[in-house]
Amino acid sequence: MAIAAQAARKPFVGELLGRGDFAIISELVEPDSKVLDLGCGEGELLAWLAENKGVDARGVEISAAKAQRAIARGVSAYQGDIDEVLADYPDQAFDYVILSQTLQETRWPLKVMRDMLRVGRHAIVAFPNFGHWSVRLSLLLTGHAPKTELFPYEWYDSPNIHFLTVDDFDQLVRKEGFTIERNYFLSGKRTVSALPNLRAEVAVYLVRK
Amino acid sequence: MTVETKTAEFDSISLESGASLAPVCVAYQTYGALNAAKSNAILILHAFSGDAHAAGISAETGKPGWWDNMIGPGKAFDTEKYFIICSNVLGGCQGTTGPSSINPQTGCPYAMSFPVITMGDMVRVQAKLIDFFGIERLLAVAGGSMGGMQALEWAVSFPDRVRAAIPIATTAKHSPQQIAFNEVGRQSIMADPDWNNGDYYSGRPPARGLAVARMVGHITYMSDESMREKFGRRLRDKEKFGFDFSVDFEVESYLRYRGSQFVNRFDANSYLYISKAEDYFDLASGTGSLAGAFGKAKARFLVISFSSDWLYPSYQSQDIVRVLRRSNHDVAYCDLPSNYGHDAFLVDVAEQSDVVRGFLGSTYKEKS
Repeated sequence: MAIAAQAARKPFVGELLGRGDFAIISELVEPDSKVLDLGCGEGELLAWLAENKGVDARGVEISAAKAQRAIARGVSAYQGDIDEVLADYPDQAFDYVILSQTLQETRWPLKVMRDMLRVGRHAIVAFPNFGHWSVRLSLLLTGHAPKTELFPYEWYDSPNIHFLTVDDFDQLVRKEGFTIERNYFLSGKRTVSALPNLRAEVAVYLVRK
Repeated sequence: MTVETKTAEFDSISLESGASLAPVCVAYQTYGALNAAKSNAILILHAFSGDAHAAGISAETGKPGWWDNMIGPGKAFDTEKYFIICSNVLGGCQGTTGPSSINPQTGCPYAMSFPVITMGDMVRVQAKLIDFFGIERLLAVAGGSMGGMQALEWAVSFPDRVRAAIPIATTAKHSPQQIAFNEVGRQSIMADPDWNNGDYYSGRPPARGLAVARMVGHITYMSDESMREKFGRRLRDKEKFGFDFSVDFEVESYLRYRGSQFVNRFDANSYLYISKAEDYFDLASGTGSLAGAFGKAKARFLVISFSSDWLYPSYQSQDIVRVLRRSNHDVAYCDLPSNYGHDAFLVDVAEQSDVVRGFLGSTYKEKS
């Protein structure tokens, strides 16, 4: 399928700022575009995109301390809750709306996805894959909520409130009638093509309406 | 760095009220150097009782400027990179034309014949000063409290002349609570018999009324927590209560001291006029909505509020940010944690410095 074809092109992804998903996102974003990063943290990715791709970069971050450091980095960030603030933006205000490793932390992921594609022409979503074999094995063998490198938290202090797999995301995209423009599946610093739902640690999707 | 206050004079200005003033003097200071392209100028806007002396050591008084911790070589407003201008506001009493200035028509101080002024009038006078420097477009306008109102007014009134606006600890319109505190201050001044309907320049100024007004002001600038930390219930120079109405508590002593100091440097009529300008301030009044007001604005914004500021609470900054976001303006915002109340923008500046420095740096890099 297209999925395998995409991934096969480039078995090794580099790292950007220590992260494989950032490396992919940095290639997906066209130069001089308008980008909104939801959950932008300390603004590392946005600052890189502004510096190297000339993008008009904006960010939202729920942690006051992180938003503050993002601004100190020169990024137009503000402290706010994604679920609340996304609804404020006018339609098609951005070329890309990025949600990197945060979808599983939002209260209403579907609403967030719909709003992302209302506000932006493209959505870039990166998420940890709960279907990875190590997660399945952890639950099967220990009988406890999975604790892996990817999901290192105790069940009671995890920021992750929704657990989704690659197949879950595909299903949602189909149901909503969105179009997958590109997708990448990462295992460590490599992309994987076969059996992504079992082998991908992190998935990165470029989606449009 | 020793600095001097200079004065520029302008022929006349038409005011929002329909009245006009001629001539208008503006007291100002500058720090750093204007570059050849005139693209590195930042206008600093002072708060209610501030003046043109924002940074450096005054040649006249030997005192540091009111934002000396923010402005200077290597500081947030880096005078090695930027050309900084600060002027005393219209209606003030620190060198810019105000009610204590001599009316050339009569040869006497204006006193209550001084026309009522607005935030917009103050900003239009500042624009004349910027013209005087031959600066077409400011890199940034920045200020806290009333200075923040002016920063907003600049972005809306002169959209092509401001690349970035930094309104700090401020509001897009004065709230009933803010008006109420101002009115207490005004009534305190006007209830002092020495006020004499504003005509006191040849006699005794209304020092008691003005001091009480300032005491109320100082309470609103602090927070419950900062007052507990600073004063507690400690007694002033005594072991037990005096059982009279002299000063018992540290906090009383502090307020009395602040009140009495203020009288030496501030004109009571300026207090009336400037506080009225604050109360009239409503950015939305021209167009009917805040969104309408920001419609023409082209600046990037950095909005800052402080968690313990109850005089200009964070929600007022967030209202501004929400409207800017809805119209897809470039806006950065953070609510900085501080115990210092409204005073935080003047005294608790470590984190404020970081965000201002980063924001200015990226603005300057962007298009210069």
